[in-house]
Amino acid sequence: MMFRRGQSLLMDALLLHRLHFAFTVTYHYLFPQLTMGLALLIVVLKTVALVRHNERYNEAARFWAKIFALNFLIGVVTGIPMEFQFGTNWAQFSRTTGGVIGQPLAMEGVFSFFLESAFLGLFLFGEKRLSPWAHWASAFLVFVGSWISGFFIIVTNAWMQHPVAYSVLPNGSFEVTSFWWLLMNPWALLQYAHNMSGAVITGAFVMCSVGAFYILENRFAEHGRIFVRVGVIAGVIACVTQIFPTGDLHGRYLAQHQPASIAAMEGLFSSQAGAPIVLMGQPDEATQSIDNPIVVNNLLSFLIYGTTRAEVKGLDQFPRDQWPSPLPLLFYSYHIMAGLGTYFALLMLLEALLLWRGKLFETRWALWLLLLSFPLPYIANTAGWMTAEIGRQPWLVYGLIRTSDGYSKNVSAGNTLFTLLGFMGMYTVLSILFIILVYRTVSEGPSTGNRPLGTKTTPLTMA
Amino acid sequence: MGFIWFWIVAVMLAAYVVLDGFDLGVGILHSLLARSEPERQIMLRSIGPVWDGNEVWLLAGGGTLYFAFPALYASAFSGFYLALMIVLWLLILRGASIELRMHIDDGLWRSFFDGLFFFSSLLLAVFFGAALANVIRGVPLREDGYFFLPLWTDWRVGPQPGILDWYTVIGGVVALVALAIHGALYLAVKTEGDLQARVRTFVRRSWIVLLAITVISLIATIAVRADTLTNYYAYPVAFVIPVAVLGSLGGILYFCRREADRNAFASSCAYLSTMLVGAAVSLYPRLLPSSNDLGHDITVQNSISGPYALRVGLAWWAFGMVLAIVYFVVTYRMFRGKVNLDGGGYGH
Repeated sequence: MMFRRGQSLLMDALLLHRLHFAFTVTYHYLFPQLTMGLALLIVVLKTVALVRHNERYNEAARFWAKIFALNFLIGVVTGIPMEFQFGTNWAQFSRTTGGVIGQPLAMEGVFSFFLESAFLGLFLFGEKRLSPWAHWASAFLVFVGSWISGFFIIVTNAWMQHPVAYSVLPNGSFEVTSFWWLLMNPWALLQYAHNMSGAVITGAFVMCSVGAFYILENRFAEHGRIFVRVGVIAGVIACVTQIFPTGDLHGRYLAQHQPASIAAMEGLFSSQAGAPIVLMGQPDEATQSIDNPIVVNNLLSFLIYGTTRAEVKGLDQFPRDQWPSPLPLLFYSYHIMAGLGTYFALLMLLEALLLWRGKLFETRWALWLLLLSFPLPYIANTAGWMTAEIGRQPWLVYGLIRTSDGYSKNVSAGNTLFTLLGFMGMYTVLSILFIILVYRTVSEGPSTGNRPLGTKTTPLTMA
Repeated sequence: MGFIWFWIVAVMLAAYVVLDGFDLGVGILHSLLARSEPERQIMLRSIGPVWDGNEVWLLAGGGTLYFAFPALYASAFSGFYLALMIVLWLLILRGASIELRMHIDDGLWRSFFDGLFFFSSLLLAVFFGAALANVIRGVPLREDGYFFLPLWTDWRVGPQPGILDWYTVIGGVVALVALAIHGALYLAVKTEGDLQARVRTFVRRSWIVLLAITVISLIATIAVRADTLTNYYAYPVAFVIPVAVLGSLGGILYFCRREADRNAFASSCAYLSTMLVGAAVSLYPRLLPSSNDLGHDITVQNSISGPYALRVGLAWWAFGMVLAIVYFVVTYRMFRGKVNLDGGGYGH
């Protein structure tokens, strides 16, 4: 959004509605990315415990269940506003597209949330009463529920990125024409694979970080080694998958269907054969150039088309009103995501090598790197979503509805700012409480001995 | 198709009110009726393993509403903007206060969350009641199908009402009293001894208030909207519903006096359901009536999704509901019986 005459920046209704959704969804997704990743890792821990009859792995699973429950809670309470905001802040968009994307959103509630809430209760409180296999099954169903939830959200987003299987009704609204193609949108499948692998990276890095902390501190070191071992193995798989094939395929599909986005992400102002990749630099929209560029020649053409001589469309091929905005933020989001993704893969390959050689637990600098790296996947996942969402601009539904046509015109800027500030205050308080409780859980550490979930030392009430 | 989806959404929202209703009721009562920390814990543990699943009905019902009637979703959610945002904040505070309270064994920490739990549950009950009353009263819909209501204007039911006016406040009070009693009856089923005796006494004493406010609200509704009974006159068999409301009200007192707690709780479920069904019957086929003379009612016909989406939706919805009901049966069976504190957690 640019300044408009006679209107201050903060009183622009469109900008405020965008910020409102951006803020609440960015904050919300800090939690599901961990719970979706962790749900898988908890199933891994439970499986090892069951197959090898190793009680330490059960203790590890119980510890992570506590962290999971806290994150799940914040994810649930900050997730409810997301569904509501489609109606409250983006009414015109909801009115015209509800016939299509209302479907996956409703299915998320019906197929995922009921499953998750029921089996999380059994997982957290039922260990005493359930057989080991039944308890494993409840962990598995929580994992299934959370991954189904992710799928329906990605289907919704993918339709906005790459609308398929729709027809336009006389009144201008959209109707789904094939339920199957809506769910099997190729964009959705690619984005889902890329996104879930990103969630596993967050889960793996957090698990590694706590494990490295325990080993370095020499408290709960036995559990720490389990965390690091499981975290590094899952991490190396997910970090490689994140780049190849998921990131690679997603990038090519994006280049094909959102050429203006890829040009803006790469900072390619003019079309050229043998297009370079800009590793770093500062885009300047006025002069249509990159300041202080560090480039690798021909690489972009090669990555997209497999040949260094292919021509890549630059932003000059698109009218100014179809450039994604804010362009520099898109450029940085994409570069932060890609840069961190590269770092994750290198780090995890190194850690995996040390683990394989049996040296990791004695290599303090490698443990320090694991300890300190846990915030980075949160940044990378956030930057990835910002790339997807800013890259889609100026469209709300790519090529069909402009963002400036989708918001609730009947909700004034003043009301929007009021509730945006309210959410900021509310989430600040939640963050403080969350950090206090996670800190306590980590300092208490995993409890040893056969003390199932739901005994007095784990005073969780979450269901 | 419109008729089916109208009732699907109505039933899902009614399921939400009946299920999360007792969670809210427990929230309203736990600061008032519990006299010690163990009693407060018992009250919280009675809803601990189920509140989140109950709340899912709101999300699933909201999602289904969005899917089946997108034009209604768009208009109502943006028009009631401030009230909905406040409801969201209260839902956040309610969920956080149930869960975070137990984490630290410290008097001040727990008192803080007790206060928050009480405050958020109470206001949620009032807001939900007021929300239903807003839908019944109608809103000043414009030609483009949108409206925007401030939280309050002059508290009158005029052409430019606020979300809160005298009529919707009555709706809020009905919900507050009804859900407090509903929560108390749930607690009567789940507890024993002194606490159980106290919640039963609460129900017996406050019952007359519920009767009075229910009757007042029915009269007020007919006064505010002359067309309330149109559908009832067209299908006189529907007059069974108000009779059932009064019958279930009577059941609450009758069974509570005889200490038949399960039956009393069932009566309360029936009371809430029949009140909601009664409102739905009077609305149909309107979803959000207009309160001005322009007559741009939002109806089933002018807000419904396309026929293909609805046909497919019916298939997955039915399948999903079977699964959901299985999960609920499993969960409630697992945590059935009286709550006690032995063994911690939810070990009964």
